[in-house]
Amino acid sequence: MTDQIAQTSRAQVNLVGLTKNDYRGNPSSLCQGCGHNSISSQIIAACYELNIVPENVIKFSGIGCSSKSPFYFLNRSFGFNGLHGRMPSLATGALFGNISLKGIGLSGDGDTASIGMGQFKHIVRRNVPMVYIVENNGVYGLTKGQFSATADEGLELKKQGTNPYLPVDIAWEALVGHATFVARSFAGDPKQVKELIKAALSHKGIAMLDIISPCVTFNNQDNTSHSYSWGKEHEVALHDLSYVPPAEEIMIDYEDGQIKEVTMHDGSMVILKKLDRDYDPTNRTEAFRVLEESNKDCCLITGLIYINQSLPTLFDLYNLPDEPLNRLSEERLRPPRETIDKVNAMMF
Amino acid sequence: MIGNKTETNPIGSRAAEKVVNNFSITVATVNGSGSQTSNLTLMRALFKMGIPVSGKNIFPSNIQGLPTWYTIRVNEDGYLARCEGQEIAVAMNPATFMKDVEGMVPGGVLFFDDSIKSPVSRQDLHLYPMPIKQMVRDSDAPANIRDYLANMVYVGVVANILAIDMERVYQALEFHFKGKQKPIDLNWNIVKNAYDWASNNLQKTDPYIVKPSNKTDGYIMADGNTAAALGALYGGLQFAAWYPITPATSLAETLHEYIPVFRKDPVTGKNTCVVLQAEDELAAIGMVVGAGWSGLRAMTSTSGPGFSLMVEYVGLAYFAEVPVVIWDIQRIGPSTGLPTRTSQGDLRLAYTMGHGDTKHVILFPGSVTECFEFGWKAFDIAERLQTPVIVLSDLDFGMNQWMTKPFEYPDRPMDRGKVLWEEELKQLGEKWGRYVDIDGDGITYRTLPGNKLPNAAYFARGTGHNEHAQYSEEPEDWENNLLRLRRKIEGNVALLPKPVITSTRAANISIISYGSTTAAIEEALTSLSQQGYKIDHLRMRSLPTAPEVMEFVRSHERNYVIELNRDGQLHQILRLEIPDCSMKLISLSHLDGLPLTAGWVVDHIIAEEEQQK
Repeated sequence: MTDQIAQTSRAQVNLVGLTKNDYRGNPSSLCQGCGHNSISSQIIAACYELNIVPENVIKFSGIGCSSKSPFYFLNRSFGFNGLHGRMPSLATGALFGNISLKGIGLSGDGDTASIGMGQFKHIVRRNVPMVYIVENNGVYGLTKGQFSATADEGLELKKQGTNPYLPVDIAWEALVGHATFVARSFAGDPKQVKELIKAALSHKGIAMLDIISPCVTFNNQDNTSHSYSWGKEHEVALHDLSYVPPAEEIMIDYEDGQIKEVTMHDGSMVILKKLDRDYDPTNRTEAFRVLEESNKDCCLITGLIYINQSLPTLFDLYNLPDEPLNRLSEERLRPPRETIDKVNAMMF
Repeated sequence: MIGNKTETNPIGSRAAEKVVNNFSITVATVNGSGSQTSNLTLMRALFKMGIPVSGKNIFPSNIQGLPTWYTIRVNEDGYLARCEGQEIAVAMNPATFMKDVEGMVPGGVLFFDDSIKSPVSRQDLHLYPMPIKQMVRDSDAPANIRDYLANMVYVGVVANILAIDMERVYQALEFHFKGKQKPIDLNWNIVKNAYDWASNNLQKTDPYIVKPSNKTDGYIMADGNTAAALGALYGGLQFAAWYPITPATSLAETLHEYIPVFRKDPVTGKNTCVVLQAEDELAAIGMVVGAGWSGLRAMTSTSGPGFSLMVEYVGLAYFAEVPVVIWDIQRIGPSTGLPTRTSQGDLRLAYTMGHGDTKHVILFPGSVTECFEFGWKAFDIAERLQTPVIVLSDLDFGMNQWMTKPFEYPDRPMDRGKVLWEEELKQLGEKWGRYVDIDGDGITYRTLPGNKLPNAAYFARGTGHNEHAQYSEEPEDWENNLLRLRRKIEGNVALLPKPVITSTRAANISIISYGSTTAAIEEALTSLSQQGYKIDHLRMRSLPTAPEVMEFVRSHERNYVIELNRDGQLHQILRLEIPDCSMKLISLSHLDGLPLTAGWVVDHIIAEEEQQK
């Protein structure tokens, strides 16, 4: 039996010699059918398919159901489950340890749009190069069903009554905050989620993914915009999106004028195949317009909403050595003995 | 101390006896008028003359317009704490003129801007009016900087009357303006003209005078925040995140200033230290915890309100065992309190910062040089113990100028603690788990992000965990972990700086103190000894309480714990940690936001001791 498994997995390895199992995490303790589990699976698939060595990834999260999910993927990656709403600061500091590592932050609508609004806006403003996924379900799950800041106005929940407030739009907030990569997706559209995660992992800068991820226990009624059924009925993809790794031939059939290519800084490409409309994700004004339109028309616009690859990342602003900071030896960190006289002379 | 003219000696009899190198000068100005440069110039000139000197800025929380005072104490014997009663005042602020005059000692010396029209309410003072406005007008200085230059007039006049060496004044200006000739000349001309004016127009009637000495040989002048920042850079600081707050701001700003000088990688010319201004203190500590976890020597610097905001992340760092260093430059609270006044009021919060069972390592620098020393040492301790180390400095150290021993190069290599990179992890093999206490000292081995071995990674968390960092709700996992955390710190107290004890033969009473009060207490001890009191002194340099402290407390009948807060916070802690000596510990708390004075200590010790009789 064991041999059999070993043989099967040997047969299915990626370019870095790892099986999909090498990307898995612990069994999920979230509810059956939770959108977050579906997203975890797509993170596993994306990293496997991109041949990312798990040791080169760091996972971060705050507090809430979403923030438990880093435990359910990439067991071979370091991870830090921080404080409620304060994953961004934790990730910012930690990534300085070795800026060649890929950061994946997992957060929820409570963690990002309520207590974490400040840190979310500031990590975006600083363009910290990492993937920031918000698993957005419009409700507090771990505390059993309170309205979150992204809950629909008028949403009715058993214990809470009717939500009187307008929702925070996370993609919109990211865009206002000068995010350099903004996408929205739907956990019920796993293929798009996976392709967007791949594109996000290739982005040099903050990649914000606002993924509607239904809470099957507390907020999955047909009439709420965070449910599976609503999403399935109302999803309007901006484009059919596929990610092509660096140096791989583009194998997609298309007619002239039907696709848009976005070349990422690592040489990979995001191919956006036209659906109902022409959409240029490098146009920020357009991005605001479609978001506004989708809110007005009560539909779920998904896809790559905005990308800008010309801004420096936070790390570009510091003149850092190539070697990871956390591997520098004492000789490179402590000024030599003879400098101490200079220091004292600089005093008075 | 309000002088009363009917009780004072006639001026003539005092003037005959010169008072050399032993007085205080208080300069009263308006905040934002640029008087700091003038005050530093006077102080530095005195220092360069070899006379021990200190400078304390008593300033408002304001950028421009409110009154501010700067006190320079000159003392041949090296007693440099704040003292009550000013012998010499320089009155530049009409708004505080009356009060400034009243606060002077009998027979004091008053330099004043002659455009101040308030009457001088006392007849015992030596008066030196200064034609400030006229002299500035007569200078060729551009109109936009004349207000700043006005303060240079008193530098020249005071230098003349007190016999301060003008060459030293020039050196001080050169230092202040970093050798830039234009501002040096501009200021020097005013000082020189004022000096010459005083020579021609003023007759010295007062007894105060300075004489060159050699008592500053082997000392430097520096402030605690600069020292802390430099110490951290010599400690191999790699990541600092901070948010502006008085009186901690200058610490982080000093890092910025010196990174290009001392922390360019000799191999690549790149920076080996990152400083990031966060959006608030919640983020600053979050970044620092992230950086500490990923293996960087990480610190933040803050003061009371920001320190309060950091509580939750510090609790997580304690529990997840992340080394971080936090400098709290204390100001007086609670709440916003007095942002520009000093205090030792954050101790209780610092010691058990976080909900649940926590206890942190606290370091108390007791001099500016020790701010430098603890600047690097704090990282060794934090990384060895894998825990937050909180360094409690205060505004008096942080922002005032102190005569101090030169900074000494670290006397030992860095201690990076129990870190496993690939080779070391291979050697430990299966034995390793993030929280497995292999050595039995409570300190476990940690791996760092970027470690290439597949079994190196672990998931750090603030939730309950077992020895392998996996989520656990097992009662024994929780209990074992918490007990190990206590053992880890309490069992390694020997790694912390030991108390400094000054013993007198056969003393049965003592003073226990820490931090910036040292100068006043040492001066008070001399005075008390002259009055026949035998008193030992113990200066705490760290918490948890060291065995040496316990022994010291036990061996004295009465231990006076002197500190700058209302509730006697160190006193409370010592009573808890040395419960059998509860009655031997007596609290003496000083609570007005001003630095301690020797006079206060002497008065309070004598009053307490009188009660014992």
